[in-house]
Amino acid sequence: MYDVIVIGGGVIGGAVMRELTKYRLRVCLVEKEDDVAMGASKANSGIVHAGFDAPEGTNKAKFNVLGNRMMEGYAAELGVKFARIGSLVLAFSEEDMRLLSVLEARGVRNGVEGLSVIGQAELRAMEPNVSRNAVGALYAPTGGIVCPYELTIAAIGNAMDNGADLYTGFEAASITKANGVFTVKAASGKEVQGKLIINCAGLGAGHVAALAGDDGIKIGARIGEYILLDRESGGFVRHTLFTTPTKKGKGILVSPTVDGNILLGPTAEEAEEGNTDTTAAGMAAVTASAARMCENVPLFNTITSFAGVRAYSHDRHDFIIEESAAVEGLIHIAGIESPGLTSAPAIAKFAVEELVSKHLPLRKNENFSGRRAPDAFFKQLSAEEKNELIARDPAYGRIVCRCEQITEGEIVRAVHENPPACNIDAVKRRTRAGMGRCQGGFCQPSVAEIIARETGIPLEQVTKSGKASRLLMGRSK
Amino acid sequence: MMKTEYDIIIIGGGPAGLAAAVAAYDGGARDIVILEREARTGGILNQCIHNGFGLTRFKESLSGPEYAARFEAEVQKRGIETLLETTVLSLTAEKKVTAISPTHGVFVLQAKAVVLAMGCRERSRGALNIAGSRPAGIYSAGTAQKYVNIKGYLPGKEVVILGSGDIGLIMARRMTLEGAKVHAVCEIMPYSSGLRRNIVQCLDDFGIPLYLNHTITKIEGKDRVTGVVVSRVDENKRPIPGTEIHFDCDTVLFSVGLIPENELTKAAGIALSGGTRGAVVYQNRETEAEGIFACGNVLQVHDLVDFVSEEAEIAGRAAAQYIARGPHQRDTVEVTNGQNVSYVLPQKLDKNIAGDVKLFFRVRQTMRDCTITVSCGETVLVSRKKRVVTPGEMETVLLSQEKISSGNGQITVTVKENG
Repeated sequence: MYDVIVIGGGVIGGAVMRELTKYRLRVCLVEKEDDVAMGASKANSGIVHAGFDAPEGTNKAKFNVLGNRMMEGYAAELGVKFARIGSLVLAFSEEDMRLLSVLEARGVRNGVEGLSVIGQAELRAMEPNVSRNAVGALYAPTGGIVCPYELTIAAIGNAMDNGADLYTGFEAASITKANGVFTVKAASGKEVQGKLIINCAGLGAGHVAALAGDDGIKIGARIGEYILLDRESGGFVRHTLFTTPTKKGKGILVSPTVDGNILLGPTAEEAEEGNTDTTAAGMAAVTASAARMCENVPLFNTITSFAGVRAYSHDRHDFIIEESAAVEGLIHIAGIESPGLTSAPAIAKFAVEELVSKHLPLRKNENFSGRRAPDAFFKQLSAEEKNELIARDPAYGRIVCRCEQITEGEIVRAVHENPPACNIDAVKRRTRAGMGRCQGGFCQPSVAEIIARETGIPLEQVTKSGKASRLLMGRSK
Repeated sequence: MMKTEYDIIIIGGGPAGLAAAVAAYDGGARDIVILEREARTGGILNQCIHNGFGLTRFKESLSGPEYAARFEAEVQKRGIETLLETTVLSLTAEKKVTAISPTHGVFVLQAKAVVLAMGCRERSRGALNIAGSRPAGIYSAGTAQKYVNIKGYLPGKEVVILGSGDIGLIMARRMTLEGAKVHAVCEIMPYSSGLRRNIVQCLDDFGIPLYLNHTITKIEGKDRVTGVVVSRVDENKRPIPGTEIHFDCDTVLFSVGLIPENELTKAAGIALSGGTRGAVVYQNRETEAEGIFACGNVLQVHDLVDFVSEEAEIAGRAAAQYIARGPHQRDTVEVTNGQNVSYVLPQKLDKNIAGDVKLFFRVRQTMRDCTITVSCGETVLVSRKKRVVTPGEMETVLLSQEKISSGNGQITVTVKENG
């Protein structure tokens, strides 16, 4: 019997789960996929927005600005890379320049610090590769970047280190409530019981709400396609570059990632849930937009393209962070589109302190430790520290992923730590093995063998990303 | 205490590194070490269990491991030191090599000369921006080859292959022999980049269709590949709407080009050539960083391992000579690619290095009844007729020492069709 059941292992569910473990509460998180961070948190822009986009008074505006202030500390505690590189909204016309003033004024009202509109000369000094046609920009020094799945994995891992339970492959099939206790049953027959449910199910938030008896959550899905460039192109831009926003979102951006790659995207098209196909049209749109924003985009350095789906509220067009009016004890955190990643730590704090607290006493967990060692800790060690570790465990001296220089020791650790990585993509998200320019061409067979060995399964049962995504189809002759 | 200084450090124990080590030894060097990242030497040859290796060099058809074994035996005979499971993390122009291994941890070696022999990697699906999903069942041909030949597993049963590079062709046959059905090999170009003999022996003999001017335009499947859409392309390599063919399959193999692995080279500040994506070198395979040599597929992607060995021997001998005599004064002539030629190697000739020089080059398109011309300004140094040239097969032309010293100024290689 849990005090709180969190449904959905994305960046929001993860932040909420961890926030809950700061108190003496029994907490679990259920996730329908075989790993966490498998929905919108797997594939988005990774931008920590300054907070000038959303209109004053909205949840988006409030939590964006709060989240932006919290993110540095939140990421540092969790051992996740974060960089406050600043952002620039580019203007290409007088009309755009007027829009920048609107955004600036809105930002000031939202509490964003340090905003300024800059001219062409200053812009070019800051971004030498910016388009010759860009006439100015809104500069937001508080803008930043973070890796969304790293942040999710670290938060959930830290919550588990603090005693919370994670159930993956647990897709809620029914939710019932009797005598003040919810029972969430999975298709597999497994079930968990708890006093409160926090619905962080992303694209599935409307479905989860309906299962519990609340038909009021309407969620739409929007797909965004991206192109990722090799680290060799790192430094092509130094800030996150946006165009002026449209109704569908903040448009296509060009940004460094925390790992030193350059990210182009996303498009924004209505999508069916679960469809993350890239399209020729989408990639052409990304390429065209990037070419409008920058001179000589190094597309020859493309290492991969991908798409992510993000949820949004159909009718309210704002974050839904509230207890259900229909079902007592069911708390929704739904419709968390951009700037949801930025807002995550602030939303989690609010949800626990203001919503959970109405039902459960928040007594401090004296044993809570918020720190988590980064998964990619090895590279950060000094040569002496590395050698001490290799002397104890020679696997740290064996490079498995040559492109990212990831050792067998780090992969073994990822398989066993919280939350455990039990497929190729899960290992990749934690360690970056297979994330580099050869895209796992060399290391995938070795990573698969390590997973098989460490989890005690035959090699042919190892999957790319869980479920039916098996790598192999039997023995060769 | 570990030995930390060597005359020659060879980075990579594949065919290039092994041959370079032997040649360096035979050229008089003794203080040599090979750094190999895998648990055994031989490199990619270890997973190439098909035969056809060594036809040029040994006049017999060997398997990959057999070919490697010949060089491994020579290395052993000479007592050349090899550090296994040793990955080089960084290299400087001052020839400081930082490496890591399970037995030695992170360590730094200082060399007087370095031979780069890191080989190449396969271009991945990601680099092509092919639309669709990203399920399991998508492999580069070399990864599939490793699963089948080294690990003993079959990556899939219903296969479509994109790209007709040699590894793709070899894997079409391999997968067929393993009981898989290869539905198609698609090639976006109007010609295959693979060797003619591989097209005959790996596709034609098994009735596997080769679709020239075709590419995969969509990959389908959520967890595992369920199918692909293949389209014909126009002369600008753009898919033509209405030409789509659908294949049900569970596996897609990519054989879409090899890229020299020059991350260490770049980090050391050594100039690369846009044509080869390998270092710019003189005829002795010395890069612009004095005492650092490069050979094999890290320098230019070769068609045959026999040529890799030949090139590695040039680099190995030159490294030994550098150790014996130290640097020398250069008298440099630039070599450039002219009409219809995508690159020429070496990119620089040093008139102070004795001997004839074999120029390696590739043409941009298939041409019949043509003439290869090496010229210096208006002067034709060498002119040779050729019945057919294709981008898939490397061409060579020999330039005598006499011709090299006669020329004054840039040397250009061109290929033109006659008539």
